Amino acid sequence: MTGTNFVTSAQNTWCPGCGNFSIQHTLKNVFADMEKSGTDPRNIVLVTGIGCHAKIADYMNVNSFYSIHGRAIPVATGIKLANPDLTVICCVGDGDTYAEGLDHLIFAAKRNIDITVLVHDNRVYGLTVGQYTPTSPLGFRGKSTPEGTHEHPMNPIELMLASGATYVARGYTRKMDQLRTLVSRGIGHRGFSFIDILQICATFFPVTDSYNARVYDLPSYDTADFSLACEKAREWDYNADSPLSLGVFYEKTAGRPEGKVDGAHLSEKEREQALYAFLASRQ
Amino acid sequence: MGNFMGQDVSVLIGGRAGEGINNAGMVVAHLMNHLGYHACMYYDYPSLIRGGHNFALVRIADRPIGIHRERADFVLALNQETIERHARKFHDGTAIIVNSDTVRGGGQGISITGILKAEGAPAIMGNSAMIGAFAKAAGIPFDTVTTVFSRHLPKGTEKNLAVARRGYEQVETVHRLAPAGTGGRPRALVSGNEAIGLGLVAGGLAAYISYPMTPSSSLLHFLAENASRFGITVIHPENEIAVMLMALGFSYAGRHAAVGTSGGGFCLMTEGLSLAGMAEIPVVILVSQRTGPSTGLPTYTAQSDLRFILHAGQGEFPRFVVAPGDPEQAFSWSCRAMDIAWKFQVPAFILADKTLSEGFSGMDPGVKPPEKMDVPFLRDEKNPYERYRVTDSGISPLAFPGTQGAVVKANGYAHDAAGITTEDADTVRAMTEKRLRKGKSLADAVAKLPAVNSPGHGGPDTAVICWGSVLGACSEVCSDLGIRLIQPVVLSPFPAEEIKRTLAGVQRLIVVEENATGQLGSLLREAGIPAARQILHWDGRPLTPDALAAQLQEAIR
Repeated sequence: MTGTNFVTSAQNTWCPGCGNFSIQHTLKNVFADMEKSGTDPRNIVLVTGIGCHAKIADYMNVNSFYSIHGRAIPVATGIKLANPDLTVICCVGDGDTYAEGLDHLIFAAKRNIDITVLVHDNRVYGLTVGQYTPTSPLGFRGKSTPEGTHEHPMNPIELMLASGATYVARGYTRKMDQLRTLVSRGIGHRGFSFIDILQICATFFPVTDSYNARVYDLPSYDTADFSLACEKAREWDYNADSPLSLGVFYEKTAGRPEGKVDGAHLSEKEREQALYAFLASRQ
Repeated sequence: MGNFMGQDVSVLIGGRAGEGINNAGMVVAHLMNHLGYHACMYYDYPSLIRGGHNFALVRIADRPIGIHRERADFVLALNQETIERHARKFHDGTAIIVNSDTVRGGGQGISITGILKAEGAPAIMGNSAMIGAFAKAAGIPFDTVTTVFSRHLPKGTEKNLAVARRGYEQVETVHRLAPAGTGGRPRALVSGNEAIGLGLVAGGLAAYISYPMTPSSSLLHFLAENASRFGITVIHPENEIAVMLMALGFSYAGRHAAVGTSGGGFCLMTEGLSLAGMAEIPVVILVSQRTGPSTGLPTYTAQSDLRFILHAGQGEFPRFVVAPGDPEQAFSWSCRAMDIAWKFQVPAFILADKTLSEGFSGMDPGVKPPEKMDVPFLRDEKNPYERYRVTDSGISPLAFPGTQGAVVKANGYAHDAAGITTEDADTVRAMTEKRLRKGKSLADAVAKLPAVNSPGHGGPDTAVICWGSVLGACSEVCSDLGIRLIQPVVLSPFPAEEIKRTLAGVQRLIVVEENATGQLGSLLREAGIPAARQILHWDGRPLTPDALAAQLQEAIR
């Protein structure tokens, strides 16, 4: 079966020109591709945090769990462990996952859980009207830092490599064909997939011209080479006006064995017997 | 030598942390359990790994008991401190056995190093010598020691028995414990946390998710060790925030999840709790209380988180809270908590404490899980699935991702019936009212359950009301003094009407709880049930029958 309408009738409230539209469009295309190649859309689950990015839960006509700020990843982890047959995708924001929920991001990578995380990285808090995030450049003047920040941004690509993610990529909402490929490949990857998606915030961080001038595609290299991946990841520190590479930094196929949940193998009767056997052992 | 006076005997085993006091206590409890007595054990230890003073108090009686007494009829002292610290528990007839290598004077001595050397046994078997000596001092036949060791010390049984035999031969019988004559098979000695785990398994548990925190950790360990035996998944994630959210992910995917922690860990779970309330996702939460605030006394007890659990989380949403008082209640109500969480799509709390969680006592090995509740929630297959369909009962039919024809949208924002975010006033009002109706449906269902335990002894005028593990002391003392006892097992929805019915005719109500401000007392006041007196206790140690009896006698004089 194909032709599912992946967009709901919910009223869209993103600002005109917002990068989120591109990500939504990409997901819609990727889901349609998946459906064509045999994935039943009922087995897709979208999990979001809180922020502008998260409205995508309302806009996509798939199973969704609109969770709370920073917490999409543990929810997604629980869903995937409970039912490994589901394709679980997290849409998260940069403030959402790099600040409030950083612990979960790192541990998901460490665990190499088979979910795909798309970071809507606009490098600013939009929904709370303009504060700096962990990827805002040094000196960012936001509503909470009117004199400019004194903190260097973090480099999420480098962070994810260090944490054990087995698929690490960066996309850009103005390069939609590439983004579609990166997301598809991430979903297909067995293990933890991480895609930092640069998008502008039309209202609080409109840097399209700067990105357009600096982005380039990563050259072809052995993406299973961890040291090389780290080197490529350090090329741009999320601060300098240096060239900015897009594509897959690292991919390693040694996925974590995804067993079914043990409980599925025991009948109610067997559980009851185990319970009474335990009690008998304590007599 | 003589037969023991009365069938109520307390054994104190003390030594340094790391000496296996807990295990030695369990074997002593099993010995007396095999004689047909009701047994319970309390284990007292500071928050450290090696050193410090540990002790176990094992008590047996020919009637059900739930807690130890402040006396020792037998003392097994592995160090000098045991004798010095606990002297006030001794009486003229106390039988003292000491490790003569480390303890000076008093009672009968055995040289543990001498015995180990003679048997070529490792130091870890030293306690078996003490247990053997105890068995002799208590007139327990060595056959019983053999039976208990074979069942409960499966590693190195022969060697342990040889060591125990030497201890047995080196002391004289002081008080003979005759078999209790209760007949029947020994009861199953389980901890409160084990009983909770078994109840959850009986209730359909698929995943237990927890971050270590005393006194909940022993449930994590028990279920992890037995995961394949019970067919469950056990996960220890990065922190309690992840614990709660992962559990909600499991539930959303249709698998029964439970989490466990103590007060500090639960602080981190509250945002996820509120999400469960708004998104109407079932989850069972064990909160085992310890002495607070903050880190407090990690390995000691309290009943001071009741108000916290009742009100935790922003916003208003129905929740179920049960506070079992003993392992059998813990078993059956943990099973029910799982059922209730799923039937009403609410967070369901099991509120325990160190005393219940880590204490051991006897449970009927043939215990039957309670019946599941009859609460149908049918999906309307004809229309598009709506996760939050507005219904008379307030309960919306559940479906899970992967279901044909259902797009399942869970949402922590205010949402419409389909689960899409909305800020529309009418929808917000309708959804709030739906959750309120669900709370009412839950309260109606709880009213049909044995939510208030009233053991039924005592006269009409005076009653004691208590909750949670202090039931052990209250039950015994009320029975002895002829006072009526009432224990609300369910604390949310608060069974005020049933408490009032149970209290009909009572002139004087005394609240007993282990906190400093009287939290059940305040709930009762809110419900229009005034108490004449509060007996409060807050030193981290469980209230003993001895201390409670003195205070109650004073209160009713």
